[in-house]
Amino acid sequence: MDWPGAIFEQLKAADVRQLAHVPDAGHARLLRLAEAEPKVRVVTLTTEEEGIALLAGAWLGGQRGVLLMQSSGVGNCINMLGLAKTCRLPLLMLVTMRGEWAEFNPWQVPMGRATPGVLAAMDTAVLRIERAEDAAETVAGAVRLAFEGGPAAVAVLIAQRLIGAKTFGK
Amino acid sequence: MSLDRDRAERLSLRRRPLVARLLEGADELAVIAGLGAPAWDCAAATGERALTFPLWGAMGGAAMMGLGLALAQPRRRVLTVTGDGELLMGLGALVTIGAAPAANLAIAVLDNERYGETGGQPTATAGVLDLAALARAAGFREALTVRDQAEVERARSLLLSAPGPVLVDFKVRAEDLPIVMPEKDGATLRDRFRRALGVA
Repeated sequence: MDWPGAIFEQLKAADVRQLAHVPDAGHARLLRLAEAEPKVRVVTLTTEEEGIALLAGAWLGGQRGVLLMQSSGVGNCINMLGLAKTCRLPLLMLVTMRGEWAEFNPWQVPMGRATPGVLAAMDTAVLRIERAEDAAETVAGAVRLAFEGGPAAVAVLIAQRLIGAKTFGK
Repeated sequence: MSLDRDRAERLSLRRRPLVARLLEGADELAVIAGLGAPAWDCAAATGERALTFPLWGAMGGAAMMGLGLALAQPRRRVLTVTGDGELLMGLGALVTIGAAPAANLAIAVLDNERYGETGGQPTATAGVLDLAALARAAGFREALTVRDQAEVERARSLLLSAPGPVLVDFKVRAEDLPIVMPEKDGATLRDRFRRALGVA
């Protein structure tokens, strides 16, 4: 099942116009879809917290955005998450997980294990996708919570088991 | 030690009249003001202004907020006014902006070569660091350093109307000035800014 395609359809339906990211292999298909969509501006960041500030500016200017990163990037975002909280700005994040199921790189494990706790510590709502067939519904729910239910900071964690364990053998 | 702690006390440009001139009559300009003295300078220049979003935190984020706003509002000029210490915390933003350029984005750095809110410790710009050269290398359309009053009008014109991204590094005197605090409730700032843009 094309779960990245299903996620992208939800982002388009939500009128997401700015997509900020630090690339992750798990987001590669979603990024290709976004780059082919003229209504979506893709911004490649040097570090993930830039995306929180970018999307704050986007919202001030009347546009919705989404921030894509891998779990290691969540740690880079901690202080900047305070911007969304303090100003009650919507913030939608899609986080591909490393350091959990079938991880082969021990350097990914600490931040992967800490990711839900770090997000919770900054009062970010955390949803999780384990199965491809749940991707569309979960992202739709996250969109509604982020942009209408708060506004609020919402992170959707995409399970490593869904993405497939990374190897360097490909 | 390669930093010159005292150089900034001899600089001629004064930040308050400079910011007042940058914002004078620019009623349609959308402004993101970085935390600390740049936010006080903007408040001193205009008082409460709906289209100025002063930051009280989020250090390192002012330039990126300007980019997100500029991309969302491509027909409106956006100016980030920030300090050297604030910009240095998020220096990768220059790279991101250079790679995702917005023609309507400008950044004015009030560079007193100090961390002014924390005791005046020197920043890297008190040494050899050249912010304008960094911005040019990152792909900014215009980037220059301004030290004299005689250059201010041209710099203002670039900031307000030249195809961006534009960065001007204003070397300003290190001085203690009265703190002029703007509104600090984030949701209030958000709502008034969005209403002024007609997107609320």
